[in-house]
Amino acid sequence: MGFFEMTKTALKTVLSRPVTILYPYQPAKKTGLTRGHVVQDGSKCISCSICVKKCPSQAILLNKEAKTWQIDRFRCVVCNSCVDTCPTKCLSMDTQYTAPASKQGVEVFTITYVKPPKPEKKEEPKE
Amino acid sequence: MKQEQSIIPIDVGQLIGSVEQCRNEGYRLAQIGCTKVGDNDFEVNYSFDKDYVLKNLRITVTAETEVPSITGMYWGAFVYENEMHDLFGIQVKGINIDFKGTFIQTAIKYPFGVSISKGEKP
Amino acid sequence: MTKQIIVPFGPQHPVLPEPIHLDLVLEDERVVDAIPSIGYIHRGFEKLVEKREFTEYVYIAERTCGICSFIHGATYCQGIEQIMKIEVPERADYLRTIWSEYSRLHSHLLWLGCFADSFGFENLFMAAWRIRERILDVFEQTTGGRVIQGSCKIGGVRRDIANDKLSGMSRDLDSIRKEIGELTTVFLNDDTVRHRTRNIGVLSRDDAYHLGAVGPTARGSGVAIDLRKTGYGAYDRLNVPVITDSCGDCYSRCYVRCKELFTSIDLIQQAITEIPDGPIDVKVTGAPNGEYFMRAEQPRGELVHYLKGNGTKFLVRSRIRTPTLTNIPPLVKMLQGCELADVPVIVLSIDPCISCTER
Ligand code: SF4
Ligand code: SF4
Repeated sequence: MGFFEMTKTALKTVLSRPVTILYPYQPAKKTGLTRGHVVQDGSKCISCSICVKKCPSQAILLNKEAKTWQIDRFRCVVCNSCVDTCPTKCLSMDTQYTAPASKQGVEVFTITYVKPPKPEKKEEPKE
Repeated sequence: MKQEQSIIPIDVGQLIGSVEQCRNEGYRLAQIGCTKVGDNDFEVNYSFDKDYVLKNLRITVTAETEVPSITGMYWGAFVYENEMHDLFGIQVKGINIDFKGTFIQTAIKYPFGVSISKGEKP
Repeated sequence: MTKQIIVPFGPQHPVLPEPIHLDLVLEDERVVDAIPSIGYIHRGFEKLVEKREFTEYVYIAERTCGICSFIHGATYCQGIEQIMKIEVPERADYLRTIWSEYSRLHSHLLWLGCFADSFGFENLFMAAWRIRERILDVFEQTTGGRVIQGSCKIGGVRRDIANDKLSGMSRDLDSIRKEIGELTTVFLNDDTVRHRTRNIGVLSRDDAYHLGAVGPTARGSGVAIDLRKTGYGAYDRLNVPVITDSCGDCYSRCYVRCKELFTSIDLIQQAITEIPDGPIDVKVTGAPNGEYFMRAEQPRGELVHYLKGNGTKFLVRSRIRTPTLTNIPPLVKMLQGCELADVPVIVLSIDPCISCTER
């Protein structure tokens, strides 16, 4: 008993095509839900800094004066927490993984959002 | 669904006796865990399981208190007791395999027992 | 008296996926004692709980382990829910159960592969991991993450699975069951495998119980401990058989895991037929005040999350006792008296996961 148990599986492996992908020459598998990397839409961000507080790995830095929103891709663990909590839905999760990098650095997005003028009162642009 | 569990506070002196009783009643050691509750006070929970019911014996000690080892009754307890010593600095006396602080080696000694503020050199 | 020599095993060794160090005391080829030491990858997760809000700690709890990640997240959430007395919608309970069982499938297949590798059967290793790939694909399609699912949150789950997707998964499992059937026949019937595992690393029933063995390590020795029987999640509504074997050797532990693959498939299919429609989460307000020991069954055995809150957003303590930590003393017992050449097989047979051991 029990000698050539593996033969069937082994033969099938020999005769079928490889299941592995030649990444990066072929694109990696992706689905609609894949968490790749976070992108920010500067025209909608109201600088509320909720995402900064909700990030478990402290990857996001918001500078209200300079109007920049920056993310450290090396710190980000792609957990989707910021995307879920952003009140204006200006953050979104792209399905493309971040490309490998040899240097650490941050990616800076500029916030172009301008507070819309209130109808009745005197308008006062967002600082 | 709530899992059945109870917490019984005891004194350090009663520990060996109570653990022995658990062993005789056929309990299994589930875990030993330590919690820092004050500046120098620690709670140690000895959890025992039998038929999916968890019984916790709790002692409250300071870093200076000598806690007797229970490895005489539960041989496998050495992993928890060494961990407790290495992370919290609890003094456990008479462990069967005593690593003397080398079970989990950290750059800062007793990382869970001390409080370090940012920028401060320990 | 024979001269004793000490052979260091690990932390880097071809069969070890993660670093653990064993000092093996040898008399000729026979191991008389083994002294384990860990501490190579301590990450201080339990300390981090004091610096992160309890709602975000889910993401950290999940990253304790890269194999049973989902179960860590779910156990943490269930613990907090018990402290805060939150009732989770039924659909969320079922979804958690489905993902937990998928984790078990994925973990056991990974282990079967590593185990085959430990006795040098590379071909079998790849066959096991090829099936595992299909499980990971399901994870990615339903949660967005292959390894770290991140789909659990306090008060429910973050993503729903559409009902037609669920029935597709159920059909897919039928073909996976067939493939697993072919794979496990090799593990259980092949003479080469049997030769390397039978009567190796025997752990008696008494030792297993009193040294605190859990999971397949305990069940392989005839101790029927399976925390799913406590009925957390949707397990109280499902039929969970506890698989045990009586020999206590490496073959028994392999046997238990092979059979558990099929129970996991059964559980998922049963959950898919019974899953009710409805909401998937409830709103959480306030902060946890109290303490709770949440226990769950991981692929490797019983997992204990001890959580203590004081009414603020930051927990006082989260203690994670992972199954491998408590399986180390039984491992030492198994190693006493074995041959040096069998050490890799025995170490692998408890399914060591060292990163989560040290947190
Ligand atoms: S995805 Fe998670 S880790 Fe990354 S920036 Fe957002 S919150 Fe932070
Ligand atoms: S990205 Fe969203 S959450 Fe972050 S500051 Fe802007 S609006 Fe607020």
